[in-house]
This record gives sequence, C-alpha cells and structure tokens, in this order.
Amino acid sequence: MGKSFSHVFEKPWDSRLNLPKNEEIVMEMFLMSFTVFVLAIFVGFEVITKIPPTLHTPLMSGSNAISGITLVGAIVSTGTELWVTTVLGFLSVVLATINVIGGFMVTNRMLAMFKKKS
Amino acid sequence: MYDFIISFSYLVASVLFIFGLKGLTHPKTAVRGNLLGACGMLLAVVVTLTDRHIISYEYIILGLVVGGAIGAVLAIKVEMTSMPEMVALLNGFGGAASIFVAGAALIESSSLTDAPILQLTIATAASGLIGAVTFWGSLVAFGKLKGLISENAILFSGQQVINSILALLVLGLSIGVVLNPESFSLYWMLVAVSSVLGILLVIPIGGADMPVVVALLNSYSGLAAAATGFVLSNNVLIITGSLVGASGIILTHIMCKAMNRSLTNVLFGVMGPSGEGGQTADEVYGGKVKSASPEEVALLFDAARRVAIIPGYGMAVSQAQHPVASLAALLESRGTTVEYGIHPVAGRMPGHMNVLMAEADVPYDALKDMDEINQTIDQVDVALVIGANDVVNPLARTDPSSPIAGMPIIDVDKAKTVVVIKRSLSPGFAGIPNPLFALDNSLMLFGDGKKMVLDIIAALKES
Repeated sequence: MGKSFSHVFEKPWDSRLNLPKNEEIVMEMFLMSFTVFVLAIFVGFEVITKIPPTLHTPLMSGSNAISGITLVGAIVSTGTELWVTTVLGFLSVVLATINVIGGFMVTNRMLAMFKKKS
Repeated sequence: MYDFIISFSYLVASVLFIFGLKGLTHPKTAVRGNLLGACGMLLAVVVTLTDRHIISYEYIILGLVVGGAIGAVLAIKVEMTSMPEMVALLNGFGGAASIFVAGAALIESSSLTDAPILQLTIATAASGLIGAVTFWGSLVAFGKLKGLISENAILFSGQQVINSILALLVLGLSIGVVLNPESFSLYWMLVAVSSVLGILLVIPIGGADMPVVVALLNSYSGLAAAATGFVLSNNVLIITGSLVGASGIILTHIMCKAMNRSLTNVLFGVMGPSGEGGQTADEVYGGKVKSASPEEVALLFDAARRVAIIPGYGMAVSQAQHPVASLAALLESRGTTVEYGIHPVAGRMPGHMNVLMAEADVPYDALKDMDEINQTIDQVDVALVIGANDVVNPLARTDPSSPIAGMPIIDVDKAKTVVVIKRSLSPGFAGIPNPLFALDNSLMLFGDGKKMVLDIIAALKES
C-alpha cells in the first residue's frame, strides 16, 4: 500500500491507549464507547432473560470465562517497556487466564452432564 | 489497515460471545455455545498478541502458562457441590485483574502525556474501586462458602456508620484520582480503602443469602471489565463487561424475588428470629412431630404412584445427590412417577441443585421449577424433602408477621404425605420453626441425608 493511502487508516493519535490530541475527538470517542456500553447492556438483558433456571450455574461460570477478556488489556501492558506495567500486567495476565481457562473448562464439564430423558 | 483488522477481530469475538450466551438458552445447544465463546476468546487473544506495542513476550507467555495451569487444575478438580466457591473465586480474580490493568494504564498514560484525558482517569478510578470491592467481597464469600469464616451474619455495632465513612472516603479518593492522575499513590489508596469496604459489605451477609451475593459479585466483575474497557477505549471489553454485568443483575433480581426481599434488605437488612408474634419451637412441635424409620418410609414409597423430591443445600452438604438419583431410578423402574421440585434459592448459588442432579445423571426434564411443581403437588403421593427447610415452610403463606412472609415456597404440605430427611429439628436460616414438620401428613426421618436415602433403598430392595 502506497504512502498516499496510509493517512486514511492512521489515527490522529498513537498509543495503545488511543490518547487523542484534541478535545472534540475526546468527547466523540467517549460517546462512541458509551453508546456501545448501553446497547450491549440491552443485548445482555434480551439474551440472558431467556436462559432457563436449570442453566443458571453454567451461565455464571461461563460469564466468568468471558469476563476474562480483561486478558486482552493485560497482555499489552505486560509487553511494554516500563517494568512497573510489566509486573502489573503479568499479575493480571495470570488472574485473567485463570478466569478464561478455568471458566470455559468447568462450564464445559458441567454442560456435558446435562442429559435429556432417554 | 492493521488497526482495522484488530478492531474487526474484536467485533467478531464480541459476536461469538453473544452467540455463546444465546446457546445457553437450551441444554441441547449449551455445549456448542460455550465452545463458540471459547473460540471468540482465542481469536481476541491471538490478535492481541500481534499488537505492535508489545516489545517482549517472555512474561506474557509465562503468565498465560501459569494462569492456564491453575485454571485447568481448578476446573478439573472442583467438586460439583463446590461450584459456588469456584464461581466466587473466579469473580474475585476478574475484579483483581481489572485493578492491575487499570493501574498499569494509568502509569503508562502518565509517561506518555502530561494530562491523561478525563475518560481514562474516571474509568481508572471506577476499575480500581469496583475491582477491589469485587475481589475482597468475593474472597469473603469464598471463605464463608468454604467454612473458613463463620457462615452466620457477622454483625458489630456501628457497622453502617463505618461503611458510610468508608464510602465517603472512597468517593473522595476517586475524585482525587480523577483530578491528580499523576499521583499513583492516590489510586492505590483508593484500591486499599475499597478493599476494606468490599470485606465489610459481605461479612454481615449470612450463608443462605449467598446466592444473591455471588450473583451480585458476578455482575460487579463484569462492570469492572467494562470500566477497564473505558480505560483502554476497547470495545470488546466494554461489550463483554456489560453482558456479564447484565447477567449478574438479572440473576440477582431473580434470587431476590424468590425470597420476596429487596436487594437492600439482603445486603443491609438483618434477618433474625422474629421477636414477637412468632410461635416458639415447643409450641409448634410439642408432641406433634412423628419420627419414622427408613423401613416405614420404604413402605410408603412402595405404595406411592407419584413422588416428588425437593432437594436443598443439606443434600449438597451430605453429598447425597447420587443416592437420591438411585432411589428415583429404583422407584421409576417399579412404575412410580418421580419428579424433582427445585426452588430458585435452594443451594448456595442460582441453579446449584440442577447441576448436582445433572451430575447424578438425572435428566434435566425431570427437574421442575417451583411454579411448575406447585401446580401438580396435590396429586403427589409422597413428597420427599431432603436438606431443605425455609423454602418449604408454610408460614410464608400463612403468617404475615414471619420473617419469610410472602416468600414463594414449594407447597409440599399439600402433598398426600411428606417425608422430611433432616438431622434435627433445628431451624433453617430464617431462624423460625417450621410447622410443616408437625403436620398430620408429615413424617420426619432424622439422620444424615446420604445414609438415610441409602437405608430407604436397601429397605425397598428387601421388600
């Protein structure tokens, strides 16, 4: 891809924290994030109210597993050059991975036991 | 282009999480749903590993290996009866991970710019606060469930005052973090004070209210992840965090409704024996309780055509789920219809009994929820209550002054005969006597749940 196109994909800021340089973009970014937050809560309510009580325990362990998504942020912190953030990042990688692996595996173990009358 | 690929992959991961949760709407599709969620997570992690801001991988890989090993061992080793402890622990780890990620982002942002933007600082304060309350609250819940801390409500005078002071302190420190993001010590002080608040908020909550607490902390762990998403301006964290937050809130609401109590009442109210109006145990039980032997109960089952089994936390404690399932199978092989009635707050977490019965190979369609079993309970010949107490106490219907007044119960007293397996006449969590035990159609079978069920099976096989 030529240099002439690169500006299209280049953000007006650069860092993994997406620190913008101007006020207007700050507000716009926040509003975008907040929109996503509110809509996702509605999706959550719609989907989860339909889950039957029988599966409420697997629902909790399964949601533990996906809330381990913090791992995504933890990984990048660990890999940066500051030693403090590496330490904090490492701790959170361990904790979030316990959630992800432990959560998905135990949910799978439980769900495999649910059987219909033969 | 690179940023586009990352964002797009995160979107795909979010969609996979939603489809994963949607799979949980039926046991048939649930296993696949869980796998879809795991695929989403794998995609998100792999894509993140290509991030160009990463300069070294040693600690990332070490962290993944250590965390993965611990998680796998926990998942394989945990007993189904201990699922509430496991979930409490995982809730806590999620909260702690958010504290550290937000803390790292705060330090990093200060090294990059003079003044981090408001969204980042507010979200960092929220992550630290919610994360710390979740982590320590969950550890206390774990300790209570595991029996390391007294299961009873631990109360001391001035509790509310101390909590209010701590809450104000937390608020002040949060504002401090937002206004002075460059002084990291404020952030860690906020985490420390929130930790104390987390402990004090869960300490006064008693064992039988644990389903509410575990569900609420589940919701907090999601909100902590969402807050971290705002710190990093990362949509996949925000979406996933809100899904988990919503899930926890819904479960909390269902649990509260099943106890006819408000969330405030569960968290701050004290549920003790009602002083006035309530009858004492002697008045309720005096000379009216009939004790039976396993052989007599076996005779009852022998003649029964329709049986309902109502399990409670006591069944989990005595690990009686397998014998109970064997008893049900034996009765069914003799042509008796057997159903299970599951109260929403039976056990120590939402759906606890269902998982235990599934472990014992009971098909999920034999498990009826409270409303369903109540519709046909008057046609039941023998209702077997094992390890449950308050959720079958008819006082909830009849005595408006009772602490459980208005709580929906399973109406076992309407069955033709009720058999209650219990160690003694000691009251349940509500601390009130249960007139069910003194009814004409009730029989008490005093002893350990597992042993009694095995004795009934032996007696049935002999006859």
